[in-house]
Amino acid sequence: MQIHDNPPLKAEARNLNFYYGEAKALKNINMPIYDKKVTALIGPSGCGKSTYLRSFNRMHDLYPGNRYEGEIRFFPDNTNLLAPEVDPIEVRMRVGMVFQKPNPFPKSIFENVAYGLRVRGENNKRVLDDKVENALRGAAIWEEVKDRLQEQAPNLSGGQQQRLCIARALATDPELLLFDEPTSALDPIATAAIEELVHELKKRVTILIVTHNMQQAARVSDYTAYMFLGEMLEFGKTDEIFIKPKDKRTEDYITGRMG
Amino acid sequence: MNDSQHLSSQFDEDLTRLRTSVLQMGGLVETQVSAAIDAYSTGEVTSVKHIVDTDRKVNDLELAIDDDCAHLIARRQPAASDLRLVFGISKIVTDLERAGDEAKKIAKGVRRIYEAGQMPSQYGIGVRHIADAALAMLRQSLDAFARLDTALAQKVIEADAGVDVEFKSIMRQLITHMMEDPRTITTSIDIIWIARAVERIGDHAKNVAEHVVFIVEGRDIRHPPKESKA
Repeated sequence: MQIHDNPPLKAEARNLNFYYGEAKALKNINMPIYDKKVTALIGPSGCGKSTYLRSFNRMHDLYPGNRYEGEIRFFPDNTNLLAPEVDPIEVRMRVGMVFQKPNPFPKSIFENVAYGLRVRGENNKRVLDDKVENALRGAAIWEEVKDRLQEQAPNLSGGQQQRLCIARALATDPELLLFDEPTSALDPIATAAIEELVHELKKRVTILIVTHNMQQAARVSDYTAYMFLGEMLEFGKTDEIFIKPKDKRTEDYITGRMG
Repeated sequence: MNDSQHLSSQFDEDLTRLRTSVLQMGGLVETQVSAAIDAYSTGEVTSVKHIVDTDRKVNDLELAIDDDCAHLIARRQPAASDLRLVFGISKIVTDLERAGDEAKKIAKGVRRIYEAGQMPSQYGIGVRHIADAALAMLRQSLDAFARLDTALAQKVIEADAGVDVEFKSIMRQLITHMMEDPRTITTSIDIIWIARAVERIGDHAKNVAEHVVFIVEGRDIRHPPKESKA
């Protein structure tokens, strides 16, 4: 890969280690996250990809005994997201997250999306209306819910709930969106809708996605990282990784061979 | 290439069967070419029918292998080395089928010449030589595929230039012949067609070798840029 045709950086992990108590879950990860690109993290269960993903919004801070070493630099301001003086709440405003199973709040559709804005202190009804509509449109669910914004979110179908969760993440205008296996609980049609959405979203936001579905990684991502036992073994353009991976272990994984 | 086994043994079996079919098809084409060349030297025009019949088998195998490739892609979504193998095989069988067509053209040309009471060998001595070279290229390209041997594939690719040069030299000789004695024109033209078919077989063998390099290394070496050709 030529250095000069790499897009600008949105974030970069530098010598990142992570410990659950004594257990070292991430081992010296160095990896670029390119701006307004989709980067897929693949690897067998327990390889650390979700752990890595969650480091970006400081999720691990919620539990005692977890410890980071190294940095995750966030651009353009070159903030170290992991620095103790950086407020995790601020980080989560800039870095949104969507989980494996849709997890809407037991509130109305509208309130689910407005939630993050209200937490930020936004109470102006017109502003909220606008931003909720924009987020729902951005998540490609506006047409389906615009006439029933006051209905309870958990009554939506699984695929709709997941897009609602994406709208909720979009409402605060994040710069980076983290997806942790966002379609593993969805049927092929809802999955296709989410993949289509990812493609649309990367026009305005950088995306990091964990997936167990190789074809999904190949379809949606621009870059792919293969992780194994807490290490990042290979990082490269998705087109190259799925045709000609450099590391035999990456090859074995994506072609479904025993290691 | 990756020789570890897949988690799905069925997948391994599918790929093995696919490779075996390609080699079977390659073997048939090799016999076709070899029989056509022999017919040229010996005048055994009885083998022409056999060569034409074999061509039908080759065509059927091409269809069957392509069909297997499509099914395998639909069922397994192969990636990396598996994807390159399936993709490469689909291209290799196209080249093999065309090489078989060329063998058929040679056989038919031989029949025309002998049936007209001529002896091709007195015109194009070079044809036998270039035909042996093209047949060797074809054999080696199939060996390179069977063993996924890129060094051998590279040899085949390099050998093609020699066949091309010889073809041009045969053309010049035959043109001289035709100018000196216009009665030889009919046979000379048939021989030109035969030499041309042989030269094309060399090209197809070269293509097969290029597909082998793609399968093994993931590099597409067809159409290299001008400066690296030297």
